Amino acid sequence: MTTAPAQAGWRFRQPSVIPGFGLTLGFSLAYLTLIILIPLSGLLWRSAALGWPEFWAIATDRRTINALEISFGTAFIAAAVNVVFGTLVAWVLVRYRFPGRRIVDAMVDLPFALPTAVAGIALTTLYAPNGWIGKLLMPLGIKVAYTPLGIVIALIFIGLPFVVRTVQPIMEEIDKEVEEAAATLGANRFQIITRILFPGLAPAIVTGFALAFARGVGEYGSVIFIAGNLPYKSEIAPLLIVIRLEEYNYPAATAIAAIMLALSFVMLLVVNLVQTWSRKRYG
Amino acid sequence: MHVAQKWDTGFGITTCIDKKGVCMEVRVANVRKEFDRFPALHDVSLDIKSGELIALLGPSGSGKTTLLRLIAGLERPTRGKIFFGDEDASQKSIQERNVGFVFQHYALFRHMTVADNIGFGLKVRHGPSRPPVQEIRRRASELLDLVQLSGLEKRYPAQLSGGQRQRVALARAMAIEPKVLLLDEPFGALDAQVRRELRRWLREIHDATGHTTVFVTHDQEEALELADRVVVMSQGRIEQVGTADDIYDTPNSPFVYGFIGESSSLPVKVENGEIWLADRPIGLSAPHEPSGDATLFFRPHDVELLDGCSGCIAGTVAASRRVAGTRRVELEIGGERQRVEIELPVDHPAAQKSRVAFRPGRWKLFPAA
Repeated sequence: MTTAPAQAGWRFRQPSVIPGFGLTLGFSLAYLTLIILIPLSGLLWRSAALGWPEFWAIATDRRTINALEISFGTAFIAAAVNVVFGTLVAWVLVRYRFPGRRIVDAMVDLPFALPTAVAGIALTTLYAPNGWIGKLLMPLGIKVAYTPLGIVIALIFIGLPFVVRTVQPIMEEIDKEVEEAAATLGANRFQIITRILFPGLAPAIVTGFALAFARGVGEYGSVIFIAGNLPYKSEIAPLLIVIRLEEYNYPAATAIAAIMLALSFVMLLVVNLVQTWSRKRYG
Repeated sequence: MHVAQKWDTGFGITTCIDKKGVCMEVRVANVRKEFDRFPALHDVSLDIKSGELIALLGPSGSGKTTLLRLIAGLERPTRGKIFFGDEDASQKSIQERNVGFVFQHYALFRHMTVADNIGFGLKVRHGPSRPPVQEIRRRASELLDLVQLSGLEKRYPAQLSGGQRQRVALARAMAIEPKVLLLDEPFGALDAQVRRELRRWLREIHDATGHTTVFVTHDQEEALELADRVVVMSQGRIEQVGTADDIYDTPNSPFVYGFIGESSSLPVKVENGEIWLADRPIGLSAPHEPSGDATLFFRPHDVELLDGCSGCIAGTVAASRRVAGTRRVELEIGGERQRVEIELPVDHPAAQKSRVAFRPGRWKLFPAA
C-alpha cells in the first residue's frame, strides 16, 4: 500500500516535482499568523473582556452607529464613484495614445504614495468655504469641507488608483478581434461596449470596487482634516476608535474595531462570492 | 448579374441564388491601401463570382489579410472601390455590409454561451428585423447542427477545443445570413489533424449553403485542395488568379513557380531559340523566346535522366536525402556550382553515382530580372 486510498475526501494537491512546497507554505502560514492573525485575535480577545451587555450598549450607542454609518456609507459612495471614473481613466490610458499619456499614467499612482495627511490638508484647503473650489461652491449652497461630502471626496482621492490599476491590465488584454467580430455581426459601438467589453471587465471592476471600498472604510489620515469630525454628523468610526483610546477606554475602542472587522469581513466575503460566480461563468 | 451555380451534394441543395439571396458577387476595383504611407496593397483588382470559394494565398506580408479586411470593411481603402453585386460597398460601415467574418483566433465572446455567441448577430438588430427570442434560439441550434456541435448550446467557449471553437465562430458568422463569408486563416491555430478534417468539412458546408466565400491562407496545400480558384499574392500585388491546375501547371511568374509546389531554377542564356547553360546547349529549344539571359524553372520530380551527355544538364551529387517515396538529390552544376534539386526513384542507380545527367520534362523560361 504505497498510494493513499482514492476515496480520501480531502488531500493536499499534488505538489510539483520542484521542491519547496513545505517550506513556502510553512513560511506563509507563520508570516500570516504573525502579521494578521495574532493582532486580529488580540483585538477580539480584548473586546471579549467586555461583557455582552456592555458590548451591546457600545454597539447600539447612537454615536457608534452614526460613525459606522458614515464610514461605510461614504466609503461605499466613494468606491461607486471611483468605479465609474476609474474605469473611464483606465479606458483613456489603454485605448488612446496622446502626448502626456505616461505622465497621466504616473499621476494615477500619486494617491498611493502621498502621505494621506498631506492629501487631507490639501483637499481641505481647496474645499474649505474660503478655498479655491469651496468659494465657488458656497454660493450654490454646497458645503463640502466639514461634511460627509468632504469625506466622500477624500475617499475618492484615496481609492482611485485601486480601481484604475485593477481594471487597466484586464482592459489591455481585451482582444481587438473580439470587438471587430461584434462589429461584423452588426453591433454598434454602444452595443459593443455594453454587451461585449463591459461583461468582460466586470470581475476586474468588482475587485477594484472592493479594494477601493476596503481602503475607504479604513482611511483615517486624509479624512480627519476635511471631515470636521462633528459627532453624529461627520465623525468616522476609525476616529471614534482613536477618541476612545485617548480616553483610555480600551474596551470601547476594541468593541468598535471588532464591529468594523466583522462588517468588513462580510462585505469582502460578498465581493468574493460575486467574483467566484463570475469566474465560473466566464472561465 | 448572378451566375447560378448548381451544387450537387448530399445536403439536397439548390442553386445559390435561391437561398434568399445570400449569394453575392464581389468586385474589388483598383484598390490601394496604405498604412502610414507604406503601401500594403498596390492597385489590386479581383472579381469573385457568386457562390465561389476563393483562396487568397501568399507569404506573410503579401497583403492577403489586408485585402480580406478591406472586403469586410474592417479597413478602408486608400483608393479604389469594392462592390457587392452592383452596390458600392466602400462607403458602407462594417455593420451595414453584412459579412460573416471568421478570425484565426476565433474571437468568441468568452462570457456568452455557445448559443448566445451564435445568436449575438440577431440579438443586436433593431426593430422588426430582430427575430423573436424563440426564433433566435431555434436558429442557433439549427446552425449548431450544421457545424456538427449539437447539444453544446449551454457550454462556454473556454470549455471547447480549438476545432470546436472555430466551428462555433463559423456558425456565429453564418447566423446573420451574410452576403459573403470571409475567413482569415481559419485553421491556422489548429493542429494538422484537425486542420485536414475541418478543411473537408468547410468544403461541405460551402457546397451546402452556397455562400460566396473568401479565405486567407499561407498553406498552399489548403488553398489548392479547397478553393475553386486561388489568388496568389506577393508584396501587395496579385500574381496570378486561377484554378489549382492553372496555378500549378502554368505559373505565370517566377514567384508563383517558386511559391507553389517544389521547383528548381537555373540561370541560362537563350540564343537563336536554343537554351544554353554556361557554354553548352542543354537540348531544349525555345523558338519564341527573345535572346538574352533568362531563368529556367522546372519541377524536381519532372525530369528525364540521361546516360550520356550531349544536350543535357549534368552535375555532381552534393547531397542526397530520402523524402517519403522518393530520393531528393542536390546537384552542383557547372563551374559556378549552381545547386538544383531533382527527384529520383529510391532504387535508381543514378542516386549513387557522383555524376548525374538529366533534362527537365516540363519547364518554363522567365526573362532574367
